[in-house]
Amino acid sequence: MALVTLTIDGKKVEIEEGATVLEAARKAGIDIPTLCFLEDINEIGACRMCVVEVKGTKALQAACVYPVSNGLEVHTNTPLVRASRRLTLELLLSNHPYECPTCIRNLNCELQALAEKLGIREVRVPGIREEFKVDDSTPSIVRDPNKCILCRRCVAVCEQIQGIKAVAPMNRGFKSVVTTAFQQPMADVSCVLCGQCTLVCPVGALYEHDDIDKVWKALADPDKHVIVQTAPATRVTVGEMFGMEPGTISTGKMVAALRRLGFNPVFDTDFAADLTILEEGSELIERLEHGGKLPLITSCSPGWIKFIEHFYPDLLDHLSTCKSPQQMFGAIAKTYYAQKVGVDPSKIVVVSIMPCTAKKFECRRPEMNSSGFQDVDYVLTTREFGRMVKQAGIDWNSLPEEEYDDPLGVSTGAGAIFGATGGVMEAALRTAYELVTGKTLERLDYNEVRGLEGIKEATVDFDGLQVKVAVAHTLSNARKILDRVKAGEVNYHFIEIMACPGGCLGGGGQPIPTNTEIRKKRMAAIYEVDKNMPLRKSHENPAVKMLYEEFLGKPLSHKSHELLHTHYTPRPKY
Amino acid sequence: MGEQACACEEKYKEIEEAIGEYKGDRSALIPLLQKTQRLFGYVPRAVQVKIAEELGIPLTDVYGTVTFYSFFSLKPKGKYNIQCCNGTACYVRGAPKVIERFEKELGIKAGDTTDDGKYSLQVVRCLGACGLSPTIMVNQDTHARMKPDKVPEVLKKYV
Ligand code: SF4
Ligand code: SF4
Ligand code: SF4
Ligand code: FES
Repeated sequence: MALVTLTIDGKKVEIEEGATVLEAARKAGIDIPTLCFLEDINEIGACRMCVVEVKGTKALQAACVYPVSNGLEVHTNTPLVRASRRLTLELLLSNHPYECPTCIRNLNCELQALAEKLGIREVRVPGIREEFKVDDSTPSIVRDPNKCILCRRCVAVCEQIQGIKAVAPMNRGFKSVVTTAFQQPMADVSCVLCGQCTLVCPVGALYEHDDIDKVWKALADPDKHVIVQTAPATRVTVGEMFGMEPGTISTGKMVAALRRLGFNPVFDTDFAADLTILEEGSELIERLEHGGKLPLITSCSPGWIKFIEHFYPDLLDHLSTCKSPQQMFGAIAKTYYAQKVGVDPSKIVVVSIMPCTAKKFECRRPEMNSSGFQDVDYVLTTREFGRMVKQAGIDWNSLPEEEYDDPLGVSTGAGAIFGATGGVMEAALRTAYELVTGKTLERLDYNEVRGLEGIKEATVDFDGLQVKVAVAHTLSNARKILDRVKAGEVNYHFIEIMACPGGCLGGGGQPIPTNTEIRKKRMAAIYEVDKNMPLRKSHENPAVKMLYEEFLGKPLSHKSHELLHTHYTPRPKY
Repeated sequence: MGEQACACEEKYKEIEEAIGEYKGDRSALIPLLQKTQRLFGYVPRAVQVKIAEELGIPLTDVYGTVTFYSFFSLKPKGKYNIQCCNGTACYVRGAPKVIERFEKELGIKAGDTTDDGKYSLQVVRCLGACGLSPTIMVNQDTHARMKPDKVPEVLKKYV
């Protein structure tokens, strides 16, 4: 592509044609404040925070949408620019509730940070405020329109990434509000509770439903036996809550922190991920051999499950009947584990540390009680877990590295990669190959299903049997695949779908910020975890083998069906 | 609530047929909403859902459009349509206070209809009765020289 040269604040910058002034400035190390801008997703020039002077144009221009051209002369720090940005921010602040000390985004809020950066010490415009009701109708997401600055990032993510648009701007002028159709509670619309909007909201207007206090209460109750499981993707992200570089592997520190919070024992969802592979892999083989419904589609991601229930209820019989690893863990914990340690399951409290807001919804689905109790009691997102550690006054940096407890803390590398898009597929292939062919798989890495590409396809050779697979992440990509399946354009045998971009490592409950750059680093860390595990195939997990020997019998046994499989519920589209 | 069972199956049939002609065509959104508004005097929720379904667009797009343009309304006009003049003469002689009192008594904002479907409240430019300002009209009746305190009295006449 052709290069153009422009000057910004007297500095010459060379950049490809088609770039914006904002990109050019960033390249030159010049900082322009932004608010509504979200790379590749929300580039609408709405908030006017990023204005600059462009020589030859009368009005100030929004740098995030203004295209570069040869000889362009831009000034980013003039009295006019400063005054305009100030006024823009003061207007936003004039109808904003000043609740920083009690706000969930205190110290991680873009509005607050900008007010500090621009040195706003007084707001000169009188504000008119509409009072809105806070929507806490779902177990996952809270929406507080009082703090909304109408940047529309949530709308863009929900529409473009998830293909849903559960929220959108309504009304006009002073009455503008970002909300659902007919201003219904979130629980009554087809929001899938993925939480992607909570990742991109610059302020405290969209956030996870906080369950920390319930967990503290359980931990303080001497009558309760409180155990914890940690999702595959949390070990490569939780460090970010404490200022560590994205992509830092913090498994050992996380285990140590959980012990100090009072969880005992500390178990791992990776164990249940291995278990899932045995059940789901067997289900795939069974459907392949006995002419069952194909393609089989994975069922680990609760946002994805809610999506297919709302938008493609006619395809529900393609879903694997396997519960997600989190729910398999809960069911096993309150039966097998309870028996093993001789604890009354009514006294066991299962807490999950998850990258996901939709998991909070999943654990409360009425069918998730096959142990006779609610299988998983509370779900904390990575963010909530991080806050809990801070509340407890634990110094993250000086924590030692500790190991998970036996037996539900034993896992393989295959369980670990569940945290990345393509990981469930790769884990399943590693096991299914050996089960089908009876041979040892030499090359464990299925690179064709790794990476951030939206839809990945591969044909895998099982000793003559050609297995066609596909992997999609984000629900707009899920839509594309499902439409092709419906139209009969593709003949896959097995499809993996995860709701969030990048898979769970980019989940809606992960640390803020989460963006493409950070997702890549987390992904590299996940495959690093896998590489370093002594065992990397789920069916080699000794604790899973023991579970089958002592308790379940074999995959897809009667008991497995009772505890580890589930069914789905069609839901309305609107 | 608000949306009584419509004695207007005909209208639903007509609009459904119109919508059916535009299956999958996003650009038909505004024309279809205009047609609905003309036909019903408002845009019923059921029709909005139908439009979203048939055009294959999110319901938020339909509802967002309806609430963006003042041409569309979400509720049918009430049994009693109260029009408060806020033209210059009425404004100077206290119309805003009268409007405010109506809003308070009815528990709705101007432009809205009470949930029982009885009263709609509208603010209009000029009713052409400046000599009698502030003026309001309830359906066809004119009430002149309004004061906030006269509002409950007026409402009592329309039950
Ligand atoms: S959203 Fe940001 S500015 Fe607003 S109260 Fe919360 S922390 Fe403060
Ligand atoms: S949780 Fe997901 S589906 Fe729901 S509004 Fe947010 S982005 Fe959209
Ligand atoms: S809820 Fe958050 S992301 Fe959505 S428009 Fe408001 S401030 Fe922006
Ligand atoms: S960041 Fe450029 S207009 Fe909002």
